[in-house]
Amino acid sequence: MATTTRILPPPSGKGKGGRRLSWLQRLKRGDEIAYLITLVFATSVVLLGALLVLQLWWQSSLARQAFGWHFLVSSAWNPVSDQFGALPFIYGTLVTSGMALLIAVPLGLGAAIFLAELAPRFISDIMTFVTELLAAIPSVIIGLLGIFVLVPILRVYIDPALQGTLGFLPFFKGPIYGLGLFAASVVLAIMIVPFIITVSREILLAVPTEQREAALALGATKWESTWKVVVPYARSGIIGSVFLALARALGETMAVTMVIGNAPLISASLFAPGNTIASVIANEFAEATGTLNLQSLIELGLVLFAVTIVINAFARLLVLATTRKATSHG
Amino acid sequence: MSLRDYRRKFVNAVMLSLTGVCALVTVSVLFFILGYLFVNGWRALNWDFITKLPAPVGEAGGGMANAIVGSAKLLLIAFLSGVPVGLMAGIYLAEFSGKTFGFVVRYVADLLNGVPSIVMGIFIYTLVVLPMHHFSALAGGLALGAMLVPIVLRSTEDFLRAVPGSLREAALALGASRWKAIATVVVPAAARGITTGILLALARVAGETAPLLFTSFQSQYWSPGFNQPISSLPVMIYTYAISPYDNWHRQAWAAGFILLMLVLIANIGARLVLSRRALTARE
Repeated sequence: MATTTRILPPPSGKGKGGRRLSWLQRLKRGDEIAYLITLVFATSVVLLGALLVLQLWWQSSLARQAFGWHFLVSSAWNPVSDQFGALPFIYGTLVTSGMALLIAVPLGLGAAIFLAELAPRFISDIMTFVTELLAAIPSVIIGLLGIFVLVPILRVYIDPALQGTLGFLPFFKGPIYGLGLFAASVVLAIMIVPFIITVSREILLAVPTEQREAALALGATKWESTWKVVVPYARSGIIGSVFLALARALGETMAVTMVIGNAPLISASLFAPGNTIASVIANEFAEATGTLNLQSLIELGLVLFAVTIVINAFARLLVLATTRKATSHG
Repeated sequence: MSLRDYRRKFVNAVMLSLTGVCALVTVSVLFFILGYLFVNGWRALNWDFITKLPAPVGEAGGGMANAIVGSAKLLLIAFLSGVPVGLMAGIYLAEFSGKTFGFVVRYVADLLNGVPSIVMGIFIYTLVVLPMHHFSALAGGLALGAMLVPIVLRSTEDFLRAVPGSLREAALALGASRWKAIATVVVPAAARGITTGILLALARVAGETAPLLFTSFQSQYWSPGFNQPISSLPVMIYTYAISPYDNWHRQAWAAGFILLMLVLIANIGARLVLSRRALTARE
């Protein structure tokens, strides 16, 4: 982020030296008008945020009254009998996001280390650009490839192979459809890897060169200096980038909806179809029957909102803390 | 060299090449996606696709002309509703804001940026669709517009802050008032960056599907005005991809091809317009 020093005081008047203009004079010169106009727009951004929270809260009031905290731990989801519980969706969201992180974090961190520490600047910049393009691909297009390319490959090759070798674990038991929690996890991993790479790369690049030189001077190999000095130095920032990616994964909708199989089930097997909070909203919102059904879906949105906001805020703090630390040293 | 040193060198070589493999895998995923979509999309693309309405189920042919126009209309509403707010609030943050309120605005913008797009859809649903009792292009456009606000705001602020303070001082020294300095010197100096930021933001929301599912919904026909359900490319890709018809699958590929081309052209173009200098100034 830019950190240009502020040269001009705010127009509210306290200029260093010089003569102070009265409010009326400033109004005449147009400054006060320009200030007020931009202030109105800035305030409207804050109002937009507040309204978002309030609307989610108000519009789910009936559901919150009907189910209370029980909503979060009940696994009933039945529009006919008006019984709604979020547990299967919370479960699906956590499992797919967790699995996605398991795949994406080693991959992303490895690539980030390569781009920041090994590759020449020129190649690193090109590959980073390509990674950013990957992040720009719309979710629905990833889902399209998920349905027609990834799911068949999983069904025919990868899922049976996993079941053959690791089939004794409960996660890899049961019938194979291709569609399911595992497919959703892979798709999510593809979507969050670019974020982990670009953010971690920035953070690694911000680590002062002296740190590397000191390690190398002590006789460490390139890898040892990277893994034992540079990465620990950047640890909290990297963790921050992982949490940013997690927040993305939790709220990711389309690609997941297209490959997860959409069934409100809690099953140990990763090959079973499931549902995430976002995917059930995408699937059922437009066809919700009755107020309670709709409000339960809005409450699901509220839950999703709360979780992603908390994780996002936490991640931003971590990233900020690391880059601050790095720049104050460098 | 001792055995231990050989081992260290070996670990060094293996781990370093593994990181290279990681980078290669990620990059090849992108090229695989592009290649696959180009081949399939190009094959499915024809003149009818761009000029005709969707064919009824079971009939061959047909196109997505209405969805292409629909996406353009939604983006227009998004642009008109989201960009002014983001732009002006960005100017406020970079040029006028004091410490406390500036922090609040920036924090809320970051918070809005992190809101899952589907939640933004719910928000606009409760705000526009519920009172109006029907899906509409207006609701969809506003949902996309709300997503534009935080992105445009932060990029505008960043680019304005990158303008050297000496430019502002020079304008003021010549007797210009604050707003005149901002309007005629500072904003024009950052104009290229700001425009690019807006373009990138538009490219991002152009591919959004989740907030449109229950705001603009979809329609198999032309949708005159802004008060009716309207088709858009992303939603069409979704419905066609999960349908059981081969003809529809082909059309989904063609639509995906068009959408991806638009997004990629905007992204690559934006980065070409921004010179290296502008980029480093931003950091």
